[in-house]
Amino acid sequence: MSQPVDCDPRVEVDVRGPRFAAAVTTVVLAAILLTLESPIGATLLVMQAVVFGLGAFVGLRAQPYGVIFRTLVQPRIAPPSEFEDAAPPRFAALVGFIFTAVALLGLISGVTVIAYVAVAMALGAAFLNAAFAFCLGCEMYLIGKRLFARPVSA
Amino acid sequence: MRGLVLVLLVLLAATAFGLWRRQTDGRMKSVASRLDAPIPVADDDPEVDVITASAAEHGGEQLTAVVLGADLGVEATLVQFSTAFCQPCRATRRILDEVSSMVPGTVHIEIDAEAHLDLVRRLDIRRTPTVLVLDSRGRISKRAVGLPRKADVIAALGQVIQS
Repeated sequence: MSQPVDCDPRVEVDVRGPRFAAAVTTVVLAAILLTLESPIGATLLVMQAVVFGLGAFVGLRAQPYGVIFRTLVQPRIAPPSEFEDAAPPRFAALVGFIFTAVALLGLISGVTVIAYVAVAMALGAAFLNAAFAFCLGCEMYLIGKRLFARPVSA
Repeated sequence: MRGLVLVLLVLLAATAFGLWRRQTDGRMKSVASRLDAPIPVADDDPEVDVITASAAEHGGEQLTAVVLGADLGVEATLVQFSTAFCQPCRATRRILDEVSSMVPGTVHIEIDAEAHLDLVRRLDIRRTPTVLVLDSRGRISKRAVGLPRKADVIAALGQVIQS
């Protein structure tokens, strides 16, 4: 365990891990929307932003929901049969981090409508991931590349 | 109250989108050639939407081994556009590898979309995986966006090789 294996973009994870994390995230984001203008909502929002940040910048192994999955859920269910690259869920965590950070800025600056919209969008994306295994950030990735990457000669 | 309404609206909209996407994702579409007459519709196959000559779909456009960076199949070629941040690309690769090794004369070429943005723009590829089915001369005849079903890939190859 001395190697930071998560730095390898080809590192593989049990597909059920990110799905589980997305399900927990959906519940947390819904709770945040219900309590957004109270201290509870603000605290949950900070916590969720930290969770996304850990997943995106440190790695999926450091992501708290992933830790819960590995220690509490995985030992109780069938051994993993399907794996996926860690890169897509990490990218999704980065997108989630950006949205929750924007929401936090909205709350801090008193423009709560920004916080509502940003959390609502993150909730939609997390729910799609949990319920349909649909990764919104991943789908937008190529469009973003096409729009913002400088033209390269083939 | 505002939060509750928002939660319900988001979940409803996301469910509708997810169900719609599940229905349409990975469908093989015939892209009618700009050069030839439109391909006749197979009445018994509702999966295949035949589109009349459309420049946007790049029907009939010819791709060469030089452009793709790999040799074309003698009978047909499956071209898959992928990115690193793409969950269904892996499953798509598995299906296309399996089908191309099963159907003689076909090969599977995977292209990193990020490294070929010019081609991606030219063919108007918006998300990954996008699968193009090329005929023996390298002309694009079918296109699927999203994870295709194995049976659809086999059926598409059958049509391409037959014609």
